[in-house]
Amino acid sequence: MTGWLPPDVVLPLLVALPLGAAALSMLVAGRLGLQRTLSLVTLGAMQVLSLLVLAGAWDGSVLSVRIGDVDATIGIVLAADPLGAIMLAVSCLLLWTVMVYAIGSSRTKDQAPSFHPLYLVLAGGVAASFLSADLFNLFVAFEVMLVASYVLITLGGSRAQVRHGMTYVVIGLLASTLFITSVGLVYAATGQVNLAAVALAMEEVPDGIRTPLGLLLLVMFGVKAAIFPLFQWLPDSYPAAPSPVTALFAGLLTKVGVYAIIRTQTLLFPTGGRASVVLLTLAALTMTVGVLGAIAQNDVKRILSFHIVSQIGYMIFGLGLFTLAGVAGAVLYVVHHIVVKTTLFLVGGLVEEGAGTAALDRLGGGVHTAPLLSVLFLLPALSLAGIPPFSGFVAKLSLAQSGIAAGQWAVTAVALGVGLLTLFSMTKIWNGVFWGDPDDAEVRLDGPVGSRSMTAATTVLVVASLAFVVVAGPLYAFSERAADVLLGRDSYIEAVGG
Amino acid sequence: MTVVLAVTVGVLFAVGSWLLMQRSLTRIVIGLAVLGHAANLLLLTAGGRAGRVPVAGGDAATTSDPLPQALALTAIVITFGVSGFLLAMAHRSWLLRHDDTVEDDVEDRRLAAAVRRHGADRASPHEREHRGDELGNVEGDPGDLGVGREAP
Repeated sequence: MTGWLPPDVVLPLLVALPLGAAALSMLVAGRLGLQRTLSLVTLGAMQVLSLLVLAGAWDGSVLSVRIGDVDATIGIVLAADPLGAIMLAVSCLLLWTVMVYAIGSSRTKDQAPSFHPLYLVLAGGVAASFLSADLFNLFVAFEVMLVASYVLITLGGSRAQVRHGMTYVVIGLLASTLFITSVGLVYAATGQVNLAAVALAMEEVPDGIRTPLGLLLLVMFGVKAAIFPLFQWLPDSYPAAPSPVTALFAGLLTKVGVYAIIRTQTLLFPTGGRASVVLLTLAALTMTVGVLGAIAQNDVKRILSFHIVSQIGYMIFGLGLFTLAGVAGAVLYVVHHIVVKTTLFLVGGLVEEGAGTAALDRLGGGVHTAPLLSVLFLLPALSLAGIPPFSGFVAKLSLAQSGIAAGQWAVTAVALGVGLLTLFSMTKIWNGVFWGDPDDAEVRLDGPVGSRSMTAATTVLVVASLAFVVVAGPLYAFSERAADVLLGRDSYIEAVGG
Repeated sequence: MTVVLAVTVGVLFAVGSWLLMQRSLTRIVIGLAVLGHAANLLLLTAGGRAGRVPVAGGDAATTSDPLPQALALTAIVITFGVSGFLLAMAHRSWLLRHDDTVEDDVEDRRLAAAVRRHGADRASPHEREHRGDELGNVEGDPGDLGVGREAP
């Protein structure tokens, strides 16, 4: 990190900047141009700051800052280890590209006065979640992010949005209540909330209390991350929101849950053992049920929503191995997934915007009428299915290798089989929307589809996912360093200060 | 005292969970509020025995633990805000539908219809005719509801 921007400036800024900008954005609510500029400048600045953090954590070091220099056990500590840093950097990439897309989309225009402040609050909550080094602050960060998402998902106030938003809000609130409960129980058991202090104190806690605490945290974050059998809210609620919002949620929110699972399980319950068996079983079920759900759907956004569930399974699979290669694979997979999944949702939104529907049986022939869009769909779709040489292949390969190395044949076989089914359902979208004769289709997908900024934003993300392939070597080495910090624990505990 | 609190927390969790599983939105909202109280009370109990008011400079051995109180305060504020939002949503739902229950999901209804259709195929011809009518109604619903594939 450079001398003029030390971590004790950059880390707090990443949280404070979007929240401050949200307040400003609310003040200039009537003036659309000003709001848009403010959002773009803020999110652009966050991207720069997050890259600085990533550069600082690239060699495997952990940056941290105590706000106001208060004692670490009661004060607010922000910390960025390699995992947090890469998640933050990728999330910021997503935040500004989806904002560019949203500006071009007609569906968010009417709600723009409240859309922009909410979006910035969400950005602040996401950044705070990745940086919090304290169980209770993690809860607050989650709430900041979720409250913004509750409003975003119901912003139009239409009947469908209220119906599906209700599911989302109620499940979210239930998980938050469980979160508070687990914070209370962890405090009762250890007398700490600071993650480093909890990690040290947890070693003294007897197994009979420790295991339920670990499982409680797993269940609670599992609801947020949508792992089997706690995922049903996701395909029910996500498709109801406007496309940019769905894309953002799909890419980011569940992954914040996955991040929290990785963080708490590796830091607080490092032994693996029984938790490992639970995680691997859940991973296999999540992958399978998610992809089978996807195959049964007819709507592009619903198919993609079920795929989120399926892909979460891969991440949990990597974590469940509790080996260096496994966790490194999971990190790589999360990074790849965030970009690719969002891209697919953005394409789905373009289709919906262009044709007025995203139902497979009504569309067709897109490859003739909207060739650029077809390419923008095809590349991330192949990547999601894990076809070489795309980023999904690199991520899946590293997961499969580590699974075989750990001797977990059954789960590895499930992961590879699910890859085939993923390809199958991607082919289903391709056949339904893009293949065939446009004259046979009920609804023609006439080009140019969507506005220029929407296409540009999608293209940026497709290029980014292709760029992962080019830098796959260094990125994997970095993932290994991230996994090393996660499983080694000492450098994080030292930086956070128990 | 701690036992009384522990039992209270348990009862509140039970009542909250039961209310949450009801079909009426009002009950769900109240259930979530009760669950929130349960969690906050648990947080407070986690601080250990009650003692003197924790003021700076007091004897740490005789005062209550201030940290859970601070955490509970934050949690109460958050629960309060979100409950307000939930009430607004329940109100919106009432305005749109004049009904307090949670609406069936369209996809669920299609599935239920498909299951019925499957059952009808194996039933007697007379029965099939009867069920076919029922099916038609269900299929017609999504359009009327405005909750079809594309949200307005």
